[in-house]
Amino acid sequence: MITMYDAIVIGGGHAGSEASLALARLNKKTLLITGNIKMIATMPCNPSIGGPAKGTLVREIDALGGEMGKNADQSYLQMKMLNNSKGPAVRALRAQSDKVLYPQKMQQTLFDQPNLEICEAYVNKLIVNDHICQGVILESGELIYSQTVVLTTGTYMEGTVLVGSTAISSGPDQQKPSIGLSQNLRELGITTFRLKTGTPQRLIRSSIDFSKMELSPGDGFIYHFSFDDSYFKPIDHEWPCYLIHTTEATKNIISDNLRKSAMYSGLVKGIGPRYCPSIEDKFVRFADKERHQLFIEPESQFSDEVYLQGFSTSMPHEVQDQMVHSLPGLEKAIIAKYAYAIEYDAINPTQLWPTLESKKIINLFFAGQVNGTSGYEEAAAQGLMAGINAALKQDQKPPLVLRRDEAYIGVLIDDLVTKGTQEPYRMLTSRAEFRLLLRHDNADMRLTEYGYQVGLIDTNRHKTFLQKQAAITAEINRLKTLYVNPGKTINDELKARNLNEINEKLSLFDLLKRPGMTYQLAMSIAKETRINSPEIYEQVEIEIMYEGYIKKAKKEAEKLIKEESITIPKTIDYDQLHNLALEARAKLKTIRPCTIGQASRISGITPADLSSLAVQIKSGKYNH
Amino acid sequence: MLYDTIVGIATLQGMSAINVVRISGIDAIAIVNKIFKGKDLSTVSSHTVHYGHIIDGNTIIDEVLVSVFFEPKTFTGENVVEISTHGGYLIPNKIVELLVKNGCRIAENGEFSKRAFLNGRIDLSQAESIMDVISAQTETQLRLANRGLHGDVKALVGELQTTILDIIAKIEVNIDYPEYDDATVMTDNILRPDIKKIVSRLSVILHNSETGKVIREGIKTVILGKPNVGKSSLLNSLLKEDKAIVTEISGTTRDLVEGDWNLGGVILNLVDTAGIRNTDDAVEKIGIIKAKKALSEADLVLLVLDQSRSLTTEDIDLLTLTKNKPRIIVGNKIDLGKHIDIKLEKTIDVSAKNSTGLDQLEAEVKRLFIDESLLKENQLMLANARHIGKIGEAKTALEDALKACENHFPVDIIEIDIRKAWEVLGEITGETGNEVLIHALFSRFCLGK
Repeated sequence: MITMYDAIVIGGGHAGSEASLALARLNKKTLLITGNIKMIATMPCNPSIGGPAKGTLVREIDALGGEMGKNADQSYLQMKMLNNSKGPAVRALRAQSDKVLYPQKMQQTLFDQPNLEICEAYVNKLIVNDHICQGVILESGELIYSQTVVLTTGTYMEGTVLVGSTAISSGPDQQKPSIGLSQNLRELGITTFRLKTGTPQRLIRSSIDFSKMELSPGDGFIYHFSFDDSYFKPIDHEWPCYLIHTTEATKNIISDNLRKSAMYSGLVKGIGPRYCPSIEDKFVRFADKERHQLFIEPESQFSDEVYLQGFSTSMPHEVQDQMVHSLPGLEKAIIAKYAYAIEYDAINPTQLWPTLESKKIINLFFAGQVNGTSGYEEAAAQGLMAGINAALKQDQKPPLVLRRDEAYIGVLIDDLVTKGTQEPYRMLTSRAEFRLLLRHDNADMRLTEYGYQVGLIDTNRHKTFLQKQAAITAEINRLKTLYVNPGKTINDELKARNLNEINEKLSLFDLLKRPGMTYQLAMSIAKETRINSPEIYEQVEIEIMYEGYIKKAKKEAEKLIKEESITIPKTIDYDQLHNLALEARAKLKTIRPCTIGQASRISGITPADLSSLAVQIKSGKYNH
Repeated sequence: MLYDTIVGIATLQGMSAINVVRISGIDAIAIVNKIFKGKDLSTVSSHTVHYGHIIDGNTIIDEVLVSVFFEPKTFTGENVVEISTHGGYLIPNKIVELLVKNGCRIAENGEFSKRAFLNGRIDLSQAESIMDVISAQTETQLRLANRGLHGDVKALVGELQTTILDIIAKIEVNIDYPEYDDATVMTDNILRPDIKKIVSRLSVILHNSETGKVIREGIKTVILGKPNVGKSSLLNSLLKEDKAIVTEISGTTRDLVEGDWNLGGVILNLVDTAGIRNTDDAVEKIGIIKAKKALSEADLVLLVLDQSRSLTTEDIDLLTLTKNKPRIIVGNKIDLGKHIDIKLEKTIDVSAKNSTGLDQLEAEVKRLFIDESLLKENQLMLANARHIGKIGEAKTALEDALKACENHFPVDIIEIDIRKAWEVLGEITGETGNEVLIHALFSRFCLGK
């Protein structure tokens, strides 16, 4: 057999881009196969990157050596720090991204990447022998061999676009769907299911009356995603968003035409996400709500189109015209692209190991929306991890599996492979048990070392990172040795700011723990020299102010780490084990958890099952 | 789950004069330290024993000896603490409850031994033999455990949990959808009254749960007194049967005589004892020792005095002996006239012989142990140490959240403890996990792109 490539990546979306780059950068001769090169890394839905939890994913991708953060820094129209007042664990950066620039920059990066070839084609089948994946067969019949295949087909497999009563076989943005591949997967023993998602209308900017809308501006160029700030260039002016609400007329048009919606005519079979319901869903499910909010978001500086966030629908075009025209400021709006719903085949992600490799077919990895997720960031994170693990496996190195206390990426993949999903999975901060540890501001602290060890973070950046880390520790220690004494000047200053006075000598470390105190203020009161880098003093502030909570979380995490450290041999025969409840046995056989920790998160597994399992693993008698 | 700090009662409850409560796990010493008044256990050497008291807030629960063992050379290979408590059901259960409230989980059957094996302290054959015994018991245990909570209580806990979930969903919607304009932006000021309300409702459940336990386990009631004051007559008239032999001869009752007095659904386990006095009679002596032991285990003492005569030193000794126990002083033989003078304390006048005054006695027992209104309204009857402990834990977490509110911590920090309370209650109701939370979020708020 001739192996032409180390790795083949099927699909050039956000998952495929990260997977290809990771593989090529880890010296794997990689082929990216995509249906349309011009569509690589496009944003077929909302023109933004980041937001709560998702913004943290982007920073994590960056810390591991992925591309999304850098790319978003180069192509933003607006940057906004969300949740500033709600606490350190949930602050989140979000960029409105330029829909033209973002894919352009990513495509350029891919074209420039050594070890990476890109070809325009559709994959019809996988070459699988004896449960080992050895390459792909193209629509043309051509066979291409490789050591590894990463499948990132997004919403393209058996894609069906639904508008009103029409269903057309199509991918997003009128792209040709991938037909036949999911049938082949099923023949190979992989189960698939239908999912549904949708996207709202694009409108012509010049046809909109913005004076009837509420302005929603950006922050003013302070923040960026990547640790490496050389990609971020302040732009001349940030592009604003606008807020509007649906009207009574909108509600009436929707209820009069409900049966015409693909969602309600029985046409749609896939399960749609709760997190992005269509506008008709919103009116049906929240019947008592008179109005819903919508945002007009900029799409690109090179295009006259804007995005109508919140208005996704599968109504026929003529109804969409009426609906849009019922909105304030959009009375005369011209629809450039109509909203549509799309159904596609996804695989059940519990069929994957935490490395994202298929349990059934060796050397076949899955990443992105095909695994039942939703969102560019979720896709990119999986693509990166699949790429890394495919490369590590070829190099016969241990895999990189992030724990739930280490990264949102860990939460994401663990949720997918342990619990599966019935609807497109969106990353939410609510899903993370350790979100105080998983902050966007410390993603570099958490993950740069892994990125460096894997080989995606270079020595220079690693050195800069180590310096930052050392500076934070040094500053925290310095604050423990500096003191303020109670006195009139100081107490007057505190009183003026509505803060409690001090009555005894206090270290600056303890001063910073007091409600309402900030690093800047503490240093100015104490008249001490301060560190100017906000990246450093922000860490100092958070580490000190929330020390008690962080310690508690770390202690909780210790138990998790201990449970994750007991590995379950892949060869274990659950039928031979004693003292397992029937339900537990059935579930363990399906999920085949890699560690006791993972087993503990399978629903229906009790502490009794778990300790029986642990005891028998340790005895080592039940492997076959 | 595998590395939770676990607690179990290592001795047979109610059967021995001393019980041992055993705690194992990474936090064993820290948790016990929170409820132990005595030496700071985090500073003592391994394999040492310390005298002190188990306290619940300011209340002393028991005088105990605490043995501290640091890992790895312990029975389970983890940090282990053993608390030697007094006997009976109430005290060891109360201590377990306190420990659960402070972060322990009740051990599964054989869990201590399993950990011993996992940590290499015992070998496989030992572990397997233990596990076989355990699996035989598990089915029954599971059935019993599931019955633990009264339906009403479960419903009430569930209701509170939903209220908490509501608060969490409101915070989460702010966090995950910061631009969603149809939800109130939660602040410490908005949260505080809501949390306070839940805390006080949890307090009520905890308070009522004391009654629940009494109903489930009965009230161990010891009838005590010097010889020939009419203890056995009292037992007989309360039980309305001739259970104990009654004679004019002092010291007739030598062994313990027991019977159940059903007081409107609450069982008093009555124990008639030998009259306590100095005696040379060997058999009577054993009876007196038994009487004193029964006293140590009693939830309630009916101290019987003969009020037709004046107080003797023996009476005074008994008054002193029972001073710290819940007790009712029964002035018997009221039919023979009142010659006694006790000003210290309320006395219930009865005539066991004529069965008079028994109603007042009954009322007094109810007043002391059973809140009638509760029974009538058929409110919660919490009767399970684990669940009481969990409710206590939830309350503590919410109190922590209140503290965070007062210190003006941001909502994401305040939410940590609110979420903890929700999760802890979920261990009672079975409603738990991120999925439930996310469902709550999307069913309450209309979110999307």
